[in-house]
Amino acid sequence: MTGLPTSPLPALLVGFPILLAILTLFFRPGVKALVGLAGCLLTALLAFIAFVEVTQRGTVIHTPGGWDPPLGILLRMDALAAVFIGMTALVGGFISLYAWRYLRAQDPATGGYPLFWPLWLFLWAGLNGLFLSNDLFNLFVTIEVISICAVALAVLSGKAGALKAGLRYLLAAITGSMAYLFGVALLYGSTGTLDLDHLGQVLEPGTTTTFALLVVTLGLLIKMAGFPFHFWLPPAHSNALAPVSALLSALVVKGAFYILLRLWMEVFGVGITYAAGQLIGLAGAIAVIWGSWQAFMQTSLKLLVAHSSVAQLGYLLMIFPLLILPPGVTADSADWLSVTWTGGVYQVISHAIAKASFFLSAGIVIMAVGHDRIESLRDLVGNMRITSMAIGLAGVSLIGLPPSGGFVGKWMLLKGILLSGQWWWAPVVVAGSLLTAGYVFMLLRLAFAPAREKEPFRPVPKTLEVVALLLAVSSFLIVFPADYLIQFLENSEIFGSGIEAVLKGGFYGND
Amino acid sequence: METTSFLPLLILISSLVPGIMILLLREEQFAMRTFLNLFGAVAKVALVGWVFAGYLSGEEYNFIFRLAPDLTFALRLDALGLFFAALSSALWLITTLYAIGYLEGGLHRNRFFAFFSLCVTASTGIALSGNVITFFIFYEFLTLSTYPLVVHKGTDEAVAAGRTYLWYTIGGGTILFLGVVGLYAVAGPIYFGQTEIIASLISEYPTQLTILFFLVLAGLGVKAAIFPLHGWLPVSMVAPAPVSALLHAVAVVKAGAFGIVRLVYDVYGIGVAEEMNFLSVLAVFAAFTIIYGSVRALYQNDFKKRLAYSTVSQISYIALGVAIPGALTSTGAIVHLVHQGLMKITMFFAAGNVAETYGHKKISELNGIGRRMPLTMGAFTIAAFGMIGVPPVAGFISKWYLGLGAVEAGSYWVVLVFLASSALNAAYFLPIVYRAWFCEPDHEVVERLRSGRLETQALLLIPVVVTGILSLTSGLFAAVTGSPLSIAREIIEKFYLL
Repeated sequence: MTGLPTSPLPALLVGFPILLAILTLFFRPGVKALVGLAGCLLTALLAFIAFVEVTQRGTVIHTPGGWDPPLGILLRMDALAAVFIGMTALVGGFISLYAWRYLRAQDPATGGYPLFWPLWLFLWAGLNGLFLSNDLFNLFVTIEVISICAVALAVLSGKAGALKAGLRYLLAAITGSMAYLFGVALLYGSTGTLDLDHLGQVLEPGTTTTFALLVVTLGLLIKMAGFPFHFWLPPAHSNALAPVSALLSALVVKGAFYILLRLWMEVFGVGITYAAGQLIGLAGAIAVIWGSWQAFMQTSLKLLVAHSSVAQLGYLLMIFPLLILPPGVTADSADWLSVTWTGGVYQVISHAIAKASFFLSAGIVIMAVGHDRIESLRDLVGNMRITSMAIGLAGVSLIGLPPSGGFVGKWMLLKGILLSGQWWWAPVVVAGSLLTAGYVFMLLRLAFAPAREKEPFRPVPKTLEVVALLLAVSSFLIVFPADYLIQFLENSEIFGSGIEAVLKGGFYGND
Repeated sequence: METTSFLPLLILISSLVPGIMILLLREEQFAMRTFLNLFGAVAKVALVGWVFAGYLSGEEYNFIFRLAPDLTFALRLDALGLFFAALSSALWLITTLYAIGYLEGGLHRNRFFAFFSLCVTASTGIALSGNVITFFIFYEFLTLSTYPLVVHKGTDEAVAAGRTYLWYTIGGGTILFLGVVGLYAVAGPIYFGQTEIIASLISEYPTQLTILFFLVLAGLGVKAAIFPLHGWLPVSMVAPAPVSALLHAVAVVKAGAFGIVRLVYDVYGIGVAEEMNFLSVLAVFAAFTIIYGSVRALYQNDFKKRLAYSTVSQISYIALGVAIPGALTSTGAIVHLVHQGLMKITMFFAAGNVAETYGHKKISELNGIGRRMPLTMGAFTIAAFGMIGVPPVAGFISKWYLGLGAVEAGSYWVVLVFLASSALNAAYFLPIVYRAWFCEPDHEVVERLRSGRLETQALLLIPVVVTGILSLTSGLFAAVTGSPLSIAREIIEKFYLL
């Protein structure tokens, strides 16, 4: 690990939000929100600085206390981490602004759920830490911090539904963690290392390895609500407060995906078979169809949006079968690898932005009409122009219609599918898009329809509407830096031991 | 080719920015909205005229922006694209005037005009697209911007029509998406006109390229309303008259037809398409649609519905012209893009005027309407004669070229299709003309006639008269340089020289 430039920024990205989270505890509720918001915006700013730093200097590292691994821990910020950290900052920043206004309006008596701020800051620190971690145990710690904060945030409203859903969420999260930890223990037992780079080099094929990888993958699938482990997501995400729903759907589940991507591409060269790749792809495909169909059938607005998340996460799982070379195919001819994984990352970003906007808009509508039946959208266009636009734009991006970010993501995914010759995934993408169009336009149709009775739309703070719209517009604007981002990812030497080795024909045995 | 010009972008911006600005206005800001509308429309016509002149003197206009590796947004002007752009921008200006008159005092005018502007942005974008992916982007953008126009009235009927419209167009768009990505996976980025790419790959990937051709064709066939993908068109007649006029004459159906022209001439190339028998399949579907649309039109009593089925039939003339190889049929197809646009927009304006002024929506109510609205129905009559193919109206020119070309290509069955279709056109248009001029008006409405006044609002009357006259003159002066026909011939010469 020597030779890479060091920078204090990775440490700051984790330390600063933690510091702020602790600091907020000392203030009275009203001030707490202000300090929390300031902390969030500063964290976002810090993340942007760090992002720019990586674009300028390439991968940077930080070893707290100067101890190199395996004794100390190493924070490594490469292009992939930088992109995820940047995404968290962008989406998280907007959500923080929204939360500041939203929570105050929801609960003026206690100063607007004051516990939100320390929890969210801890969660943010956990996410940054996860993106920067370079060993299996650190990843475990960060994803635990994230899970605990996420569950606590999900039950913040204290309503019965939220508590029940939160309990289910907690159980799922713990099960996932245990599976992950068990797999990690097995890997540590057989190799004696937890460092990702090192592990990638020393891991040898065998029953233990395969089993360990399966268990780790299983744990992560539970955490990212991959089919059939998605059952906890819709109730948890739909019962939370609007800004929390947005955080959970846009960012938290992406943490588990990030680990999965890193492990599969960087470490798991040994032991992953073509069949395993197909299986995880199949889970993704079912999630796309099932989740979209479920979303289509919902009568409650937030449940619809939550089921849509299950489907959209399915698309992310569908990139994994493409990353495993089929028997007999040499790495040299696998020209779809880079379009597939960069497309997957791009899809993560565009979904995060669009879904956050969608949940925030749902929160606004619910605040305005007082319930969350989708019927409440009737005549939304006539009453809340800005929110209608936000829902329309975010919805179009979710469908993947041009010129949205979702379109670029779907384009790259479909291109990877067709180039790899695994054409059987293509109908899934098509069907998923149609179903998504089905539920998005179901909402828009209602929004355009005239009101049945004089349904009162209560006035809603303009700030909320504007934030949701800004995010929705961002889900289109990210088309402009798409080329830059994708090249940034492609040109970086992220998967030093993984994908590079694949390309050299090093790892993947033709089983 | 490498020089970048912002002019094509400016043509798009001239309607995109007014559209977005109108969305932010308040409903009562009538003057501002009208100013933005007209400013955008006039600016667009001027810009298109300018680049057209520049193009003729040998200038090249390209605008290229990379969205992702292999995903390039490219605007490039060629003769065919400019031809379509000129049609869109000119008819937009006229329709904008009409819509201002038509929607006077209506609800949600901001929304209407905003999406109206976005819709024209999409259709000029389609015209100026330099490659397949840019075409696709605007093709989908067109779907999204027309949906709010179709459901504009907000009635249950309109909302249901919007649902049908979306299922067809989103479904078609998704199929098209699959086809376009497939083309990129097999052949890499394809700019319009680079037919050599497919030509060099066709022997290596015959199956894949055949499947992809028909996927793309099916995607385009939805908007071009080719049987059995036409179902959305008659239903979406619930939209306000200016929308129907625009959907039928320029924007949506033409986007499909124009796409088919691009696909055959500029992506696969006529040679490959003919060799692989793609064209004969297209010909069969197009011919069937021509007859089918006309037969269905016969049975409609709703004025706009009859016009809608007529559109289904007329658009397939373009597809059929493309499908019969030969310079004459191709010229007929391309000139019909414009001729059908002029005639059909006249008819919809006329239908709108009648409905707006007297509330008549059924053909059975049109007795004697010609005496009350002589200018409107005069224009309608010209357009109807044109549709039937009576010389010297524009439609005659198209049909003449198409028929002559079919004879030259030895496809006599196509000639029969044209003859049958003309007879059917006469059978469903002449009764309207007859009722309007020769039947006695129902007596209770006669009292509403007043002398010394225009037959309807000036803003509704002027557009229909202008497009009626254009339908006549573009046929009458077809031989003059600068007529639609002369430009179509130049475009075709280029394809057949290569």
